[in-house]
Amino acid sequence: MNHDIHLIVNGEAYLLSVPAHHTLLQVLREQLVLTGTKNGCEAGECGACAVLVKWPGADHAEPVNSCMVLAPEADGAEIVTIEGLAHDEQLDPLQEAFITTGATQCGFCTPGILVNARALLDRTPDPSETEIREALVGNLCRCTGYVRIIDAIEMAARAGREVAR
Amino acid sequence: MQPFDYLIPKDHAEASALLAAGGGSVRPFMGGTDFLIRARGGFIRPQSVVDLKVLPGMREIRQSPDGWLVIGAACTMNQVAAHPLVLAGYDLLAQACNSVASYQLRNRATIGGNCCNASPAADTAPALFCLDAVAETYGPAGARRIPIADFFVGPGRSALQLGEFLTAIHLPPAPTGACGAFNKLGRTKLGDISAVSVAVYAWEHDTETPRRDWRIALGAVGPTPLRAPEAEAALAADASPQGVQRAAELTAAAARPIDDIRASAAYRRAMVAVLARRGIEAVLAGIARAGLQAVPFGGVPAGSVSPTGVLREGRPEQMIGGAA
Ligand SMILES: Cc1cc2nc3c(=O)[nH]c(=O)nc-3n(C[C@H](O)[C@H](O)[C@H](O)COP(=O)(O)OP(=O)(O)OC[C@H]3O[C@@H](n4cnc5c(N)ncnc54)[C@H](O)[C@@H]3O)c2cc1C
Ligand code: FES
Ligand code: FES
Repeated sequence: MNHDIHLIVNGEAYLLSVPAHHTLLQVLREQLVLTGTKNGCEAGECGACAVLVKWPGADHAEPVNSCMVLAPEADGAEIVTIEGLAHDEQLDPLQEAFITTGATQCGFCTPGILVNARALLDRTPDPSETEIREALVGNLCRCTGYVRIIDAIEMAARAGREVAR
Repeated sequence: MQPFDYLIPKDHAEASALLAAGGGSVRPFMGGTDFLIRARGGFIRPQSVVDLKVLPGMREIRQSPDGWLVIGAACTMNQVAAHPLVLAGYDLLAQACNSVASYQLRNRATIGGNCCNASPAADTAPALFCLDAVAETYGPAGARRIPIADFFVGPGRSALQLGEFLTAIHLPPAPTGACGAFNKLGRTKLGDISAVSVAVYAWEHDTETPRRDWRIALGAVGPTPLRAPEAEAALAADASPQGVQRAAELTAAAARPIDDIRASAAYRRAMVAVLARRGIEAVLAGIARAGLQAVPFGGVPAGSVSPTGVLREGRPEQMIGGAA
């Protein structure tokens, strides 16, 4: 059974017809061909599918595993995917920091981690290392060992504080 | 995943009618974090799901006029854990909600879904048992209230009947000076489903001779979450270091664990004793600190969080990985 949904993805409005049993992850990857959001497990474990969702009526966006959202539920939602993290050709400070520190290897986990780290810095601009580790519990990386990812997030947090000053 | 439809009910009565008419093939849906795993695995093949989150009150947390806290069944773990009323009076529940999976998943996983899934390992259950929670449901016969211990019937089985769904969790007014600690053990330090969990909760009675009441509840060591009444009574009588050790042993004796993929029964029972002891010690420490902070006229000092808030900041031993 298909449902018509309105949603905004990275600032663009769409009207889509989506199968009820598809997930938001499928809609993003298969219908909108925004393949930066990855499908790692479809079971809520790996975090590669994380996107920011502002639900209708909510005052801010929150990260969710898009494999855990049914497509029709996204009706009226505003979504930011990894493709929407940069603004006006300007990378997000987190993206810059990931490049500087070498926090990416194969890159499969990177979009989900960046999106989730963006949400972390939005709610906690100056996270401790423990807070960073806690925020990444649901983001599995099998390449890096996480050390540089944590360095990168700390670096971006510092950069963010300098901008704010 | 096998196709199914997604239905938005217009009110409680319609939701109940849809569920009842569908037999088992129309399923309640909230955060989907249990449902989608099972549907994808082919363990359930529903014709459609009814999204209960949209119903009025389902996502609200409010205080009732008689002082009870009413948590809508579709409130997410993050929503419950961050709510000022929860933090002020029911920090034990906040600890439990915060221990579930990852931050992103806690934006989907709901407290009601956790209960309705009725896993013996449901992490909010031991806290809800300690807090004497009452489940409010809506079904063909209207609304009813079920004490949380009667809501969990067996592994994966709740007291809900066909066409009936959970609408809210009610928590009785929190006693002043109550203190709680939730400890769980999974494969990893954070975020894993519990192989063992223990919630400990205590409060002082406002009587001439000071009296302290205890609650201890266990997860993942029986067909349902369960209480350890002998340990509770023993602690009320003796909370000395020896008394604590004795209570930890009595708690382990109350467990009814099985061998499964997560842990052996023997390991589970041994870990119940460890987590119980740590939980009791954390609560005693929390009570002592709250006592030190107490203002001359008694009660909670102005501007402070609940005594359990002290525990929270320290995050003493919440979730211990590996060998304990
Ligand atoms: C990666 C991962 C990690 C997890 N880690 C943990 C963990 O650490 N601790 C833990 O306790 N759980 C964990 N879980 C399990 C799950 O996230 C929780 O049980 C969650 O609270 C379920 O809530 P939900 O809203 O997603 O439920 P749903 O999946 O929407 O529903 C769960 C079940 O209850 C039924 N149901 C839902 N709402 C109602 C209602 N109102 N009335 C009647 N029936 C209803 C559904 O039909 C379904 O059978 C984990 C799950 C995943 C995928
Ligand atoms: S693909 Fe969604 S969490 Fe792994
Ligand atoms: S860089 Fe390869 S999984 Fe993280």
